[in-house]
Amino acid sequence: MTVFAFYLFAALMLASGALTIFARNPVHSVLWLILAFFNAAGLMVLVGAEFLAMLLVVVYVGAVAVLFLFVVMMLNIDFAEMRAGFMKNAPLGVAIAVILLAELVLGIGAYRAGKIALGTPDGSAAPLVGESNVENLGALLYGNYLFLFETAGIILLVAMVGAIVLTHREQRSTRGHQDIAKQNARNPNEATRNVSPEVGKGVEL
Amino acid sequence: MTEFFISLGMDATWAIVVASICGILLIALPLMLAVAMIIYVDRKVWAAINLRRGPNVVGPFGLLQSFADGLKVFLQETIIPSASNKGIFLLAPIITFTVALVAWAVIPFDAGVVLADINVGLLYILAISSLSVYGVTMAGWASNSKYPFFSAMRAAAQMISYEVSIGFILVCVVLYAGTFNLSAIVEMQRGHGFGFVNGYWFNLLLFPMWVVFFISSLAETQRVPFDLTEAESELVAGYQTEYSSMAFALFWLGEYANILLMCALNTLLFFGGWLPPVEIEFLYWVPGIVWFLLKTFFFFFMFSWVMATVPRYRYDQLMRLGWKVFLPMSLIFVVVISGWLMLTRYGGAA
Repeated sequence: MTVFAFYLFAALMLASGALTIFARNPVHSVLWLILAFFNAAGLMVLVGAEFLAMLLVVVYVGAVAVLFLFVVMMLNIDFAEMRAGFMKNAPLGVAIAVILLAELVLGIGAYRAGKIALGTPDGSAAPLVGESNVENLGALLYGNYLFLFETAGIILLVAMVGAIVLTHREQRSTRGHQDIAKQNARNPNEATRNVSPEVGKGVEL
Repeated sequence: MTEFFISLGMDATWAIVVASICGILLIALPLMLAVAMIIYVDRKVWAAINLRRGPNVVGPFGLLQSFADGLKVFLQETIIPSASNKGIFLLAPIITFTVALVAWAVIPFDAGVVLADINVGLLYILAISSLSVYGVTMAGWASNSKYPFFSAMRAAAQMISYEVSIGFILVCVVLYAGTFNLSAIVEMQRGHGFGFVNGYWFNLLLFPMWVVFFISSLAETQRVPFDLTEAESELVAGYQTEYSSMAFALFWLGEYANILLMCALNTLLFFGGWLPPVEIEFLYWVPGIVWFLLKTFFFFFMFSWVMATVPRYRYDQLMRLGWKVFLPMSLIFVVVISGWLMLTRYGGAA
């Protein structure tokens, strides 16, 4: 049963990964990518990492891929132009693929050579045997790797603030600005009033 | 159920498979019936608030109206626009419908009455509900028509915005319950208020979160006042504009199944699921599933009530509410609740 599920998910993932690259329509590519994410989540459930599987779906399928889809749908991409750039960018792509492959081989090799010892020597943040992987991840991230984890959080926060600062433009002068507090504070008695403006004068809102 | 099939002389693996299929049918078929009836209830409540009669012709009190509608759309011709992207156009309603059904796998109807009692049930719900945006987005894009496309853009932005604050609200509940398992979350609510009231709503820190959650679930299911994706005054019918026949019906069924799911989540997370409202012995004579369904129905009534009485939001107001009001509020409550639990439950020792 598990073996069957594994081969099903793995085959679907490889197929959808390949179709992500080969699909002619970029929107189809993104949809195949989403299917690949989903099957990766299935594989994670099979190895017992259900927390990571759900996070993969929530974060990548639910948020990141939606934004991809959003952007790809909005842009009217010229296929001929993209194909023209293929040979130029191919060496870079191959280099990235080789690096990723090397990292995978290195990681699996290191894991095979001997289990990585998780947890502190005094055992304060060792993985909790028999607990679900939510508790285990929590114990590790907030125990052993607290400072690394928080540093990662700070880096993400800085990146986020940076992105907002770079893209935010003050537009008050060019467009009508609305004051939400003022809108909310209106009540029916103040919302209407009788005026008799002179011809060609108009009304101040 | 697995034991029952093993006792019939089945192999253990086969018994699991057969039991799962039976469980799926036991959830999906009543759910479809419930969706048909709840559409009728929705229209009746809406009509009563508008001082109309509502559906009253087909069957006694118009009870069979939804089935008549179902038969009607079933007999209609499926029209596929020639400019559409056919595969995705047909896939979109199927995805909407399927996603609306699979989320029910982890909903506990009573103590132990749940198809998949998994550790990360709440995360599973969050993951599945984040998928429902794809049906709408794909439908809007594949229709190759401008109003569905606007609707798809709106849907994507709206659902991502409100999912963020829903995520933080779920974190608040999980902090209190100490688990992601939905059955365990319900059990933790037993006697939460002075050992008497069952449910997290009876808590000064969690009640505001329930209010935010209720409004966010309106936005997440694209109900009035947040039905910007199918605003008929601006977008014809939004992403459904080009759909007809069963494809349209699948959107419809999926939408209502999602609404029921959100009502069930309100029940499970804040109102004690299958537990009676208060800890009194004779209230336990009523079966748990009845309490669960009654509470879910109550929330559906509130959804209908809102639909009949509240005007539609403007799009910028919707975005402001999501990002500038709910997100900071739920974020602050996560910090406050973890601090409060640190002081009271974990004795202040880090």
